[in-house]
Amino acid sequence: MAILISLLVTLVLVAVPILGVAAGAEYVLGVVLPYLAFLVFVVGFILRVVRWASSPVPFHITLTGGQQRSLSWIKGSKLDNPSTTLGVVGRMALEVLCFRSLFRNVKTELHPEGKLSYRWEKWLWLFGLALHWSLLIILIRHLRFFTEPVPFLVGWLESLDGLFRFGYQAFYITDLLIVLALTFLFLRRVVVARLKYISLSADYFPLFLLGGIATTGILMKYVSKVDIASIKELALGFATFRPVVPEGIGTIFYIHLFLVCVLMAYFPFSKLMHMGGIFLSPTRNLANNSRAVRHVNPWNYPVDVHTYEEYEDEFREKMVAAGIPVEKG
Amino acid sequence: MYNGSKVLVGLGLFFLIVTVPFWLGFGTEELAPELDLDTPAIAQLADKKCIEPTGVMREEHMQLLEQWRDQAVRMGNRYYEASDGTVYQASLQNTCLDCHSNKSDFCDRCHDYGKVSPDCWTCHLDPEGMEL
Repeated sequence: MAILISLLVTLVLVAVPILGVAAGAEYVLGVVLPYLAFLVFVVGFILRVVRWASSPVPFHITLTGGQQRSLSWIKGSKLDNPSTTLGVVGRMALEVLCFRSLFRNVKTELHPEGKLSYRWEKWLWLFGLALHWSLLIILIRHLRFFTEPVPFLVGWLESLDGLFRFGYQAFYITDLLIVLALTFLFLRRVVVARLKYISLSADYFPLFLLGGIATTGILMKYVSKVDIASIKELALGFATFRPVVPEGIGTIFYIHLFLVCVLMAYFPFSKLMHMGGIFLSPTRNLANNSRAVRHVNPWNYPVDVHTYEEYEDEFREKMVAAGIPVEKG
Repeated sequence: MYNGSKVLVGLGLFFLIVTVPFWLGFGTEELAPELDLDTPAIAQLADKKCIEPTGVMREEHMQLLEQWRDQAVRMGNRYYEASDGTVYQASLQNTCLDCHSNKSDFCDRCHDYGKVSPDCWTCHLDPEGMEL
């Protein structure tokens, strides 16, 4: 049911720009919506992060994936269980760039004879990494539409990605990888029963959306050609705040662009916010120095304390009269 | 907000990175490349049109050239019937470059602009002289 709903929503979203182009709303699809969606993305992202940062971290909850820093003769795990800020930066880099935690993934199985086994299971890590790196490289590659002249680094990355040839032109490895990775991530949720049980529309929808964006992009590159020069004119107009909508851009481009707009606008309200959230994970961004540095719960309200000294000052005469020993004569 | 300075630095970085297209867009003068159609061969044409409508050529010339290569090299068929019925020689060198003899002011304008590097010139000669 969740799959069906997300699929239907995606199909409706594909139909919108088709109808829009038919109705002659190219300016809305090519200029107004991209600016709006970008604004929603940036502002929504920042507000969401500020809201997260406004909630206190009551406890020092570092995940300990290795030996904590201890006595000098016990070897500590500096990256998996860091005790310094530098170590935390290292752990975060490892997490963000290499998906360190996913790499730990093992499949736990209980066999009928009562034996518990942990099996090598790196597929999620592998395809997750492939998806995210492909997304990043594809995003950087798209800068060729927004810049004139194209920065050296973008051209270099593109020639590297397009090492293989398809006809006269480059065949991007990332195009293949992203489709494979999205397919895997989708099938994983469908095939594994317990994953299917916990999967919601919000899990399938981003996959379909990214799938739709990748599909239209790939179609434009390899099958149903569009006028790249006009598209770059539109994109440059967007980047230089001199919006233009050149004539004769194919409908498929507007589908691609519209789905990207939906993705941008949907981003701050969805699970995709893990992009910012990963940096705010207390289990990842706190150094494990809880034995050396006291973590004060910001929730703690100022407690009105009445110390013994004050107590004694208040009741000294009565205490002396009753024969109770006092500290100050 | 807790850890305000760190969060603000992070958000500042986020903002700078996602707005990169706008920063790089500063100072961009021309939005679109100018194609030079002023060659001797085109000047002599009575009816100044390409083998297919401009829109089709802009979008699909690369597919047409690929189709030409396949049919000429693999099937030996060196003719192409355009949508208006005219038959042309299916040849980049003898048909396309005959009119568009100004590669650097025609082909390269869009190819550089869109950062595409087609493989044409690994076999074909640059009409404006060999670049070796």
